[in-house]
Amino acid sequence: MNANKIFLLVGGFIIYLLVQILVLKNLVLFGAAFCFLYILYLLLLPIETKTIPTLLIAFVMGLAVDLFYDTLGIHTASLLTIAFIRRPWIKILTPTGGYDEDLQPSLLNMGFGWFTTYSLPLLIIFNSFFFFIESMGTDLFVPVVQKIIASAIFVFVMSIIVQLLFYRRRRGL
Amino acid sequence: MQRILLFLYSLRAFLLFILLEVIAIWLIVSYNTQQGSVFFNSSNQLSGKILGTKNNVSEYFSLREVNTRLVDTNAELLAELEMYRKPADSVFIELDSTLMASFEFKGAKVINNSIRLSQNHLTLNKGANQGIKPGMGVFNGQGVVGRVKGVSDNFATVISLLHTELLVSSKIESTEVFGSIKWDGASPKNAKLLYVPRHVKVQVGDKIVTSGYNAVFPEGIAIGKILEVNQGTDTNYLDITVELSTDFTRVSYVYLVENTIEAELDSLYINSELINERQ
Repeated sequence: MNANKIFLLVGGFIIYLLVQILVLKNLVLFGAAFCFLYILYLLLLPIETKTIPTLLIAFVMGLAVDLFYDTLGIHTASLLTIAFIRRPWIKILTPTGGYDEDLQPSLLNMGFGWFTTYSLPLLIIFNSFFFFIESMGTDLFVPVVQKIIASAIFVFVMSIIVQLLFYRRRRGL
Repeated sequence: MQRILLFLYSLRAFLLFILLEVIAIWLIVSYNTQQGSVFFNSSNQLSGKILGTKNNVSEYFSLREVNTRLVDTNAELLAELEMYRKPADSVFIELDSTLMASFEFKGAKVINNSIRLSQNHLTLNKGANQGIKPGMGVFNGQGVVGRVKGVSDNFATVISLLHTELLVSSKIESTEVFGSIKWDGASPKNAKLLYVPRHVKVQVGDKIVTSGYNAVFPEGIAIGKILEVNQGTDTNYLDITVELSTDFTRVSYVYLVENTIEAELDSLYINSELINERQ
């Protein structure tokens, strides 16, 4: 891990955070589709990242986002969940021949099919956790399911657009 | 012993996950009390500064609308003032001063707002240094906005009326029937009026205002008007939907109101062993 890569990781963290809290926080389509694009940062960590660093990154990021959403702990709890299951999930999805060394599991590196099977379930899990915890104590089942599905699809589409625009093959950001 | 340690070591990622998750859940639970700690929310210094800077940029886009609304409010206030102006030939008798209003008002700017979650909050650009206290009522020219949850030195977090746990004591203006406004989490335009008994005749279109019973808001601040009345599933109460008069999508400046005798009222309630609902 050289200095350049650390710079990219830290810079990416800050950029995702700022974009999320300053711009995307106000972006809610049809009152249901939330844009939690910062999850993409966690999804696109290099494949060989161990679970413990991932968990710590998720904790810090979740807290920071919670601070601005006034939803203390909810983003954190949901993000920790996908941070924990990310590595086993990547292992399950290992293509024949294994992963290349030092690879980012992005759309450009892994192809559309692989990225969909990788990211969409994680996004749905995140959104399910988030909206169920968030609406605890209310009897809003249908709107919550609407929000979960709409948000997952919206974040997925946004993540594809962002990767096509800002990412290069093999290298991050 | 060594085996146990090795076993735990092999589970270290899982244990860390559990630990962090427990911390997160503890934060969720402890934050959900009505007036919680203020460090980890949008009113702490750092996040407040960032949100304030962002608002400085984005407020230019809504200046025109804010101006029109201010002019409207001014016109209304002038009209009201005209009623209180004493004609030169009249005799003014001052009534008992205990009947005078015991409310103090302050103004603030909204720098952060959410409307789409089921527990929404706002952040204001004033805090303890400017005399904002937890528990103050928040409203704007259109109607009730919420209630202050916590303050830091220069910023304050407000529980929006669009929060599924905030109750506002209110009444139907024409018939003086009391109830509580509570948001049901569905649309940011509508809320429910609870605890109106079935025998009450309710007209669609009636105005709902604050009741003044809760000692947070003065009497008569607009909340909305009745949109729909159903019999509902509850055997005792009507199911009333209210169209909120406040447009939460564009709340920009708000007023804060403090009841200067709230403490006295509270201690009176406690002394007489009544439960003050503090809605």
